[in-house]
Amino acid sequence: MIVTPSLGDLVAKGRVSIVVERCKACGFCVEFCPTHVLALSSAFNSKGYHPPHVVHPEKCSGCDLCGMYCPDFAINGTRVKEAGARDEKAAPAGGGAK
Amino acid sequence: MKADPHGVLTGTHFIDGDHACCEGALAAGARFAAGYPITPSTEVVERFASRVPTVGGTFIQMEDELAASIALQGGVWGGAKAFTVTSGPGFSLMMEHIGYAAMTETPCVFVDVQRGGPSTGLPTLPAQADMMQARWGSHGDYEIIALCPNSPQECFDLTIKAFNLAEEFRVPVMFMMDEVVGHMTEKVVIPPADQIEVTPRKHTRKSVEDYLPYGTNGDLVPEMAHAGEGYKFHVTGLTHDERGYPNMTPQTQDTLVRRLQSKIRKAADRICLFEEERLDDADVVVVSYGITSRVAQRAIDAARSRGLRVGKLRLITAWPFPEHKIKELAAHVKAFVVPELNLGQMVREVQRAADGMAKTFAVSHAGGGVHNPDEILNAIVEASRC
Amino acid sequence: MLNVLNDVPHDDTVNPVEQFLRSERMPHIWCPGCGIGTTVNSFAHALIESKIDVESLALVSGIGCTGRVAGYVKLDSFHTTHGRAIPFATGLKLANPKLNVVVYSGDGDLSAIGGNHLIHAARRNIDLKVICVNNLIYAMTGGQTAPTTPGHATTSTNPYGTFEPAFNLPHLVEAAGAVYVARWTTFHVRQLARSISEAFQKKGFSFIEVISPCPTLYQRRNKMGDGLDTMKYYKEKSKVRHGAPTSEVGLTLNGEIAVGKFVDRDRPDYQSMMRAQYVETLGERYIEESETECVCG
Repeated sequence: MIVTPSLGDLVAKGRVSIVVERCKACGFCVEFCPTHVLALSSAFNSKGYHPPHVVHPEKCSGCDLCGMYCPDFAINGTRVKEAGARDEKAAPAGGGAK
Repeated sequence: MKADPHGVLTGTHFIDGDHACCEGALAAGARFAAGYPITPSTEVVERFASRVPTVGGTFIQMEDELAASIALQGGVWGGAKAFTVTSGPGFSLMMEHIGYAAMTETPCVFVDVQRGGPSTGLPTLPAQADMMQARWGSHGDYEIIALCPNSPQECFDLTIKAFNLAEEFRVPVMFMMDEVVGHMTEKVVIPPADQIEVTPRKHTRKSVEDYLPYGTNGDLVPEMAHAGEGYKFHVTGLTHDERGYPNMTPQTQDTLVRRLQSKIRKAADRICLFEEERLDDADVVVVSYGITSRVAQRAIDAARSRGLRVGKLRLITAWPFPEHKIKELAAHVKAFVVPELNLGQMVREVQRAADGMAKTFAVSHAGGGVHNPDEILNAIVEASRC
Repeated sequence: MLNVLNDVPHDDTVNPVEQFLRSERMPHIWCPGCGIGTTVNSFAHALIESKIDVESLALVSGIGCTGRVAGYVKLDSFHTTHGRAIPFATGLKLANPKLNVVVYSGDGDLSAIGGNHLIHAARRNIDLKVICVNNLIYAMTGGQTAPTTPGHATTSTNPYGTFEPAFNLPHLVEAAGAVYVARWTTFHVRQLARSISEAFQKKGFSFIEVISPCPTLYQRRNKMGDGLDTMKYYKEKSKVRHGAPTSEVGLTLNGEIAVGKFVDRDRPDYQSMMRAQYVETLGERYIEESETECVCG
């Protein structure tokens, strides 16, 4: 029997930080994340844009390509020091005041 | 502070106005100039190019006046006192950057050795037809200071004054020479450096955290910093707030532009220099500047010897215009006679300031030469009769 | 509790670019999908990687969308007049040779109104690092034809399509004398950072062109999709051609984009030549810098 390691066994090496109010939903981070960690959320920031959110946190390697691509300085990835899945989702804007 | 002796060519010289202007700049501490050749101003930078490598500093001949007029400002923000030199057509090209200097409050000197215009005009012959342009040539509301020397000695002395005013008020100063003053050779006495007062740059002493590039605390002139000192400041030609950041609202515009105006206008009494002679009993006052003031002297003396009560007001500062002085005189004189090498520029200011209290007679000359003193004398006679 | 809506985290997750930004001015004015911000990331990473002393770095820009970079970076920055960033930068550098001077401006600003200054600074080999963000259009003013607009694009001043040949900027600046010439696109974020770092090591006139989307104007008017579509086009159509003859790297409307380092040569820079000339002719009499403090007192 072949055992295929499931995605749930992967340990995130990085985590993403998102500054929701800066995002203009260009989609670069979603597209160019090598491991497809991100997707545009259905939430809105106060300007009406859909910021990204982390859908596969366990796949984040902290490579910061999202940060390098983001024209709005709204996202970046960092490597986590210790192993362990960390789920850092940006709180959806919902009633975001500013 | 005292002048840096390295730049002061102490002694008695027999040089022309252009050369004297260069020496004045060096004495004032100018160590950077960016220029472009244009008759009749070129000698100023030619001499600077020759002198500055042994004084310490840099001259660069740029590819055009647009480049020269902003390269000098880069030089200022890099830490130098800087100037450029031009004549009519180049002055026109420099207008955008004069406005930039006014807006960013960059202390610097623009020398215009006026020649016949408009356009290519008379490259080797005098005029005084850039006077209004000096004041209004760039777009928008701004103030400048303009000085008019009438001799090579004044080309030395007043250039130092120009730099000092530029530093004190963080404003571009227009040094309005004319071709005759620029090319006439006379005795110029350059004193020892310790007898020359030079205004230091209003450099901030604040910490990086506290420094606001365009903050004023009541004083209308903000403190300056130079690139490379760690202040990480921003300078822009956009309407900006005290942090130097673009803030394009009517309120910020009002605050900023009115301050740029007030910092000069409120100090006008201090800035305005003029020479007066025999004004106490004058019926007629001849208002003149630059080379025309020397021709006018002949006419004034002739008129006095004929018994006419004529006085002299020579404008050394053309801008801000000494309206207070004209108003004061207009109250007790019959008329002003304003000879100029143009078809009527500063005369309009005289007329405006006189506000109907006295008549104004323009003695215009289209340029290319100087007045015949008799033209001015005839105008004085006519003015005396009114 | 971190307000993830609009606070910038101050822990070890902070974006390394943030230290170079005037955070209080964010969000910036650039459109969604505009590539200028992406170039700033590469620039910031180059500052970090090359360990440049940012206190002696000055950034000079002109007018246009890219010109606004000066206002967003936390450096000594000068937002000057249209086309004249290079001569201003020249003055800065000559007055204070210890400064590292970067010119960050757009294609219209640098090659149209600023064209004369571009070629002269390259000719003189003034020690400047020029980052030219080329979005092939005059963006800030609403999408007019630029000297770099490839034919036959539609712009607001060529509503029926351009018909003028466009500049091949790497070719132009190489011919004028630049010692380092590279081109990347905003897709090539790491390569761009590397090129900028290399330029910092170089003495002389360095020119790095970055092809960037203008989704609101250039791309929209020419039905080329949005910023993301353009980035995908860059990814697909770019071809790394290090050392390619610059005569061959001109851009066409939808064609291949040659990227890479095209020129890396050594030539004495302006100040070295100036010094050498004065030392040769004046010897001991040459004084490079005023010994006395004659500005601030």
